[in-house]
Amino acid sequence: MTLLRAAAVPLLSVVLAILVGGIIIELSGENALEAYRALYDGALANRKVFGRTLEKATPLVMGGLAVAFAFKAGLFNIGGQGQLVIGALFAAAVGYGVTGLPWIIHLPMALLVGGLAGAAWGMIPGLLKATRGAHEVITTIMLNFVAINLTDWLTANPWRQPGPITQTPRIEASAEIPRWGELPLGFGIAVAAALGCWYLLQRTTMGFEIRSVGLNPEAARYAGISVPKIVVLTMTISGFLAALGGAIETQGVVGRYEPGFNAGLGFNGITIALLARTHPIGVIPAALLVGAMEAGGSMMQFKADVQPEITEIIEALMLLFVATPVVVRWVLRRRETSDISVGAHWGDA
Amino acid sequence: MDATTPTSVPATAPATVPALEAVGIGKRFGPVVANQGVDLRVERGEIHALLGENGAGKSTLVNILFGLYHADEGEVRVAGTPVQMDSPRDAIAHRIGMVHQHFQLVPVLTVAENIVLGDEPTHRRGLLDLDRAADEVVELATRYGLEVDPRATVEDLPVGMQQRVEILRALYRQADVLILDEPTAVLTPQETDQLLEVLRGLAADGVAIVFITHKLREVMALADRVTVMRGGRVVGTTAPSETDEAGLAEMMVGRSVVLRVAKTEARPTDAVLEVRDLHVHDSRGRPAVDGLSLEVRAGEILGIAGVEGNGQRELVEALTGLRHAHGGTVLLGGDDITNATPRTISERGVAHVPEDREKHGLVGPHSIADNLVLNRYFRSPYARRGIRHAAAVDEEARRLVADFDVRTASIASPARSLSGGNKQKVIAARELSQGARLLVAAQPTRGIDVGSIEFVHQQMVAQRDEGVAVLLVSAELDEILSLSDRIGVIFKGRLVAVADAGTLERTAIGRMMTGGADAD
Repeated sequence: MTLLRAAAVPLLSVVLAILVGGIIIELSGENALEAYRALYDGALANRKVFGRTLEKATPLVMGGLAVAFAFKAGLFNIGGQGQLVIGALFAAAVGYGVTGLPWIIHLPMALLVGGLAGAAWGMIPGLLKATRGAHEVITTIMLNFVAINLTDWLTANPWRQPGPITQTPRIEASAEIPRWGELPLGFGIAVAAALGCWYLLQRTTMGFEIRSVGLNPEAARYAGISVPKIVVLTMTISGFLAALGGAIETQGVVGRYEPGFNAGLGFNGITIALLARTHPIGVIPAALLVGAMEAGGSMMQFKADVQPEITEIIEALMLLFVATPVVVRWVLRRRETSDISVGAHWGDA
Repeated sequence: MDATTPTSVPATAPATVPALEAVGIGKRFGPVVANQGVDLRVERGEIHALLGENGAGKSTLVNILFGLYHADEGEVRVAGTPVQMDSPRDAIAHRIGMVHQHFQLVPVLTVAENIVLGDEPTHRRGLLDLDRAADEVVELATRYGLEVDPRATVEDLPVGMQQRVEILRALYRQADVLILDEPTAVLTPQETDQLLEVLRGLAADGVAIVFITHKLREVMALADRVTVMRGGRVVGTTAPSETDEAGLAEMMVGRSVVLRVAKTEARPTDAVLEVRDLHVHDSRGRPAVDGLSLEVRAGEILGIAGVEGNGQRELVEALTGLRHAHGGTVLLGGDDITNATPRTISERGVAHVPEDREKHGLVGPHSIADNLVLNRYFRSPYARRGIRHAAAVDEEARRLVADFDVRTASIASPARSLSGGNKQKVIAARELSQGARLLVAAQPTRGIDVGSIEFVHQQMVAQRDEGVAVLLVSAELDEILSLSDRIGVIFKGRLVAVADAGTLERTAIGRMMTGGADAD
């Protein structure tokens, strides 16, 4: 499948969503062009707001990667939220708990410990699936609750900063991700991770095994690939990716861990992965798009008096159109008889 | 049947209105032309065979006749009247019944429940009247000589009986036209004979029968007329009395074909595979292979004949490491490989052509090239230190595609885009090119075209001649008989007989396949 053809459905879905979103804005009595102008001003107009967009997009890239990567092995990792908070908290713990190191050691260490903590967290549903056959959708959802309560407890008790507010102490300067002017460099890490995932999946034997298991686990088993091993490995890597997103957020934006940290961010990974049609590189533009809408949403309210929830409606519309390519195909006037379901479109990006 | 159905009409009476007629049917799937200008005319009381290779358009045609697909062009006429069929419900309303290759039965329900499903007799207040259902089924079964126990649970019945239930279900809906898609593919020789008997009886009763097949023998034995399809078109309609098997094969393939495999006397040497007292359970944990022993020597083909479900699948899976053996030993060249991993066994020189090529043999969305190295992608030169080497993969793929005559535009195309025969060639190319000592081939020619069957058979014999030990498991008795040097018959997980190929009669094998007694 050519790149253009692969991107046609998501691109057209975005355009349609923006059009329908505009109609909704007009119906609510506001000016759609003005609203979109404000969205642009708040998301892309200058380096400062673009920095905000990148900042918003970074954890979305990582969350999207985590979902997309797991999906390559045919696994639904719904546990991004839990893996993300675990990664964020452990990165914070290393960030404030370890002192006296130069940043070249301290920062990578904090990111790595955060990522590995999430990897271990992601490995649990992998092991449960590989050894007991427990479905990862159920176990990852349940582990989200465990992770959120565990991090809350750790933040409220052993790792709490003395004082009235429930939060960890602020991380050391040596553990912070620097900014390049207005631009957050954490986004660069996310882009590197996306490229790394693509390389791993497309160019290595491990990636070949992961894709084979995802596309036809029975044939993979017949070809001598250990499916349980791939399941555990994939969930571990997926957990690492989500947790690294959390760690970057701590070290690059928030500076500490506090309960309610980015609630829902992990779930947005599913949106991003779907929008990217599970392509690791496609996750980057998908995350930038959603990140821009999140960054520009408040400007839209401020300047055009349009509720920021409209961005959520547009996001939902994009997903709806991606998930039901029938509408898009109708616009493209493509007559294809099969492949209408969402499932058919997930893996083939 | 009601009064409008004549009870007896001569088999080929041209003057009557045909029971079912397709005129100028055309159907496309995207760029693929599945049917083009297809005409079919089935008379009352006629057994009409629809013969053709896989992909010839037979299934598309009958799916249109049964309302599962909508034709792009052309017309379907029932008893002379053009009809619009948008779903099987419409087809059933026009008294067309279909027995699918994969039975559409609910395994946990009883025979009677399955037969009346969708058209259930009820008490006055809408409650299901199962007693009346059972009575009606018994009456129907007696009328057509299709004895079944209406209260038996379908999943407990042998395949031949399940098929009977399917036929009864169509008759319960008063079908005047019965379409059967490859009805004998899953039957034993005895069950096949019984089915043919039943079909003759139905035809004599005025039912028009369309049956899809690629087995020439059945066409000759059963059909009044045969329509041959190739490449989505009708090649011609003829009567078996006007042609012979070779003539039909030529119509089907478009060239003359060798129906028997040319091979010389085997020169077997040392034992390569030795299986001793093997015990394997099926997926439900019941014994499937039950103390089986066998030996395959280098340079011979051992054919395992048997009705499906007698432990063949479990045997093959245990030999290739895909299923745990609960007892016994498997020796490869004297080394114990019992319960080794599939990768280890493959690396020791066991090639495996699996029974279900779509599900087990290929990763459909992967490219043809990737599928051709699926058993060695991790090895040099295809990969080094975990990094894949695409150029080496492509080079090998191009070589294999040429050597094994895989018909494809590109090695980068997804394997699922290939026809059945070409898929099997990809698997054969991969498995036969790795320098194996033992080849385990399960149903290697199931559902593929005659040309590809010819090719796969030649390759297997060539492997044998090069000193490979070949274990062939097949439900096609013809295949076992024409390829094997020795034949073993499997029944309930044991080999009930092993003998040199020339010494066993077809009918004797058929009897042993059912444990010495006739089916049912």
